[in-house]
Amino acid sequence: MTGTRMTRKQKRLAIISGGVGFIIVAVLLVMFAFSQSVSYFYVPGDLQKADVKPGTRIRLGGLVKTGSWVRGEGTTSTFEVTDTISTVKVTYTGILPDLFREGQGVVAEGSFVAGNPVFVADTVLAKHDETYMPKDVADRLKAQGVQLSGKETVK
Amino acid sequence: MIIEFGLYALVLSLATAIVLSILPILGARRGDANLMAVAPVAALGQFALVTTSFGILMHAHLVSDFSVANVWENSHSLIPTLYKVSGVWGNHEGSMMLWLFILSLFSALVALFGGNLPATLRANVLAVQGWISSAFILFIVLTSNPFLRIMPPPPEGRDLNPVLQDVGLAIHPPLLYLGYVGFSVCFSFAVAALMEGRIDAAWARWVRPWALAAWTFLTAGIAMGSYWAYYELGWGGWWFWDPVENASFMPWLAGTALLHSALVMEKREALKIWTVLLAILTFSLSLLGTFLVRSGVLTSVHAFASDPSRGVFILAILVIFIGGALTLFALRASSLTAGGLFAPVSREGALVLNNLILTVSTATVLIGTLYPMALESLTGEKISVGAPFFNLTFGLLMLPLLLAVPFGPLLAWKRADLLGAAQRLFFAVAAGFVIAIVIWYFENGGPVLAVLGMALAFYLMVGALTDLWLRGGFGKVPFSTALRRLAGLPRSAIGTAFAHFGLGVTVLGIVAVSAFQTENVLEMKPGQTVEAGGYALKFEGMQRGQGPNFTEDRGTFTLSKSGSSLGTISSSKRVYTARQMPTTEAGIRTFGLSQFYIALGDVMPDGGIVVRVWWKPFIVCIWFGALIMMVGGFISLSDRRLRVGAPSRRAKKAAVPALEAAE
Repeated sequence: MTGTRMTRKQKRLAIISGGVGFIIVAVLLVMFAFSQSVSYFYVPGDLQKADVKPGTRIRLGGLVKTGSWVRGEGTTSTFEVTDTISTVKVTYTGILPDLFREGQGVVAEGSFVAGNPVFVADTVLAKHDETYMPKDVADRLKAQGVQLSGKETVK
Repeated sequence: MIIEFGLYALVLSLATAIVLSILPILGARRGDANLMAVAPVAALGQFALVTTSFGILMHAHLVSDFSVANVWENSHSLIPTLYKVSGVWGNHEGSMMLWLFILSLFSALVALFGGNLPATLRANVLAVQGWISSAFILFIVLTSNPFLRIMPPPPEGRDLNPVLQDVGLAIHPPLLYLGYVGFSVCFSFAVAALMEGRIDAAWARWVRPWALAAWTFLTAGIAMGSYWAYYELGWGGWWFWDPVENASFMPWLAGTALLHSALVMEKREALKIWTVLLAILTFSLSLLGTFLVRSGVLTSVHAFASDPSRGVFILAILVIFIGGALTLFALRASSLTAGGLFAPVSREGALVLNNLILTVSTATVLIGTLYPMALESLTGEKISVGAPFFNLTFGLLMLPLLLAVPFGPLLAWKRADLLGAAQRLFFAVAAGFVIAIVIWYFENGGPVLAVLGMALAFYLMVGALTDLWLRGGFGKVPFSTALRRLAGLPRSAIGTAFAHFGLGVTVLGIVAVSAFQTENVLEMKPGQTVEAGGYALKFEGMQRGQGPNFTEDRGTFTLSKSGSSLGTISSSKRVYTARQMPTTEAGIRTFGLSQFYIALGDVMPDGGIVVRVWWKPFIVCIWFGALIMMVGGFISLSDRRLRVGAPSRRAKKAAVPALEAAE
């Protein structure tokens, strides 16, 4: 420091106020980030109740309905995600995970486009384990009364 | 019979650990040297028993003894020997045994090399290690016994999870645990110091080598895990901000802060209370990580099994140890005297800034990791906090730290000249921008932000070298004198420069991949060519193949640049026979610091195949930088200062066997 030397009190004050300032910035940043970049998890049955606006990023979980998986042009696939009560059509461009199978649990991340009931996914998750059901999906399906045994198949 | 002996040894080790937990503390209270002398004997005895038990489990895996449930569930007679060994910790029970083995190893090292610590401190430190050991042995014996038998023994095992059948499993967990669990020593030192109510610069000198060793291994473990996930999962990503990754990253961040604050305490006797608190918090985050990964509250590749009683048990361990240590801290911290004075602009000031930013960043990662769980248990609402959250908060908060890193070593202790340091770093800033713009030009443009990011990376690297350059006096004294001075610098200064340089290299990799990576998802038919990163990639076709325990469809691609062939890359889809589980083996080719990355998708009805092709410029820098940081850690560990003076010399030696154990 140039000029007059700081007293003990001033030094301490400078360090503490700098620290508190930084923490306040961090807290505001965390609050802002939570409002911007957190995605909610839904199963198809929730979507009618919850008013999900087009463009809002969500995670859609459930089981891949048997017989619904269609490989379209090039790298685009469509399939239906179901919680056995209601069903949502999903389209995804890219490589599906190795464990993506009809009748098994899946989580699709993406959003709805205005005026179209098809969910556009940019990420599809299925865990690397043959008896896997994403925990979020399993919990919600159980809550809806769907019986789970580990190896899930839904007709 | 031998299996039962393994369990017997484990139970005996529990008895030893309980003795270690109680007698030395009584001895330290009463000043009874005989009772205190129990500590090293018990610690070594416990290590021998745990090693025996762990060795018996490993033997069962090696000889494929399927009468042991743990072997039957996680091994197969046909898998290569390497996976039989690494499969020992490729499951919940075995990984807890590895955790315990490394914890006992660290206790034994403190016992062996802590001979010159004050007798009461050593007794107390070892006793605290004994508490932690007792808790975890009890956990293993009660909820996660790896020695359970099944009768009659099945003829064949159920195979190791195919994703884990990789050399990564042999390296990543031991390194990670050496780091994770290594911080237990710092924790024990902190708790022991609080119990004695006495703490001084010497304490920091004893703790620092342990913190440094743990940090070095943790750096290597995290980097190894990141690279493993990158090539094994076939998603092309190297960091997902997955809660399990965060669980290992938080102790790393806190440990980095601890290293730096212990430096202030050692040199200037300041930040004592803070350093003790950080030592407690760092290991608490390790424990929290163990809870998150092992309790089954998360589903991930790391959560092998979810049994609610295990979760509750680990949570209890977590609450007792963290709660107990923090209570002790609250009771005793006021009796610790505050240390030396310093101006805000000084080496100490810079290290305080480092600590402030690192701990606040750790807190944001913690909030982002725990918030979804807290929200779900409170309201039932399920949310996901992913990469966008962490990139925004953590990324922005780290920025001022990265800018400040090269300043730190250039500032004097007590009171420093900020303007002078800035002038000396001018060259680093200028060089950073020049190199960044040149690379930007050769990558054919890209976001302008990339130039700033790369300039930051090169500024970090050149800044780290600037410190060595100035200390050597290059340009001021004859070159040979400067070289001699450089060689005579304390190893810790050279280690610092390496670590800070490595940080710059990692930042470069992150920035370059985010800015210049190209990704192409397309359907390819044999003979078709796709262009990426200036290379032409031709799909030759698919062949069927057979491995020791899997069948595969292998796609072969030839790579060429402006007409000249550069060889082939192959990527395959495997199905592991025992579990009928499919995996994708990515095809990776490295050119300098950049990589080509190919992952196969589904075969289409018309004979084509979906292929995902990435060009990842400078990606190797991400892990290479971590490697340089690790080298910096080891150089710093070999510092004379950590050897000079009896206790510190011993502490330094202690790191060497730990290194051997990792190999």
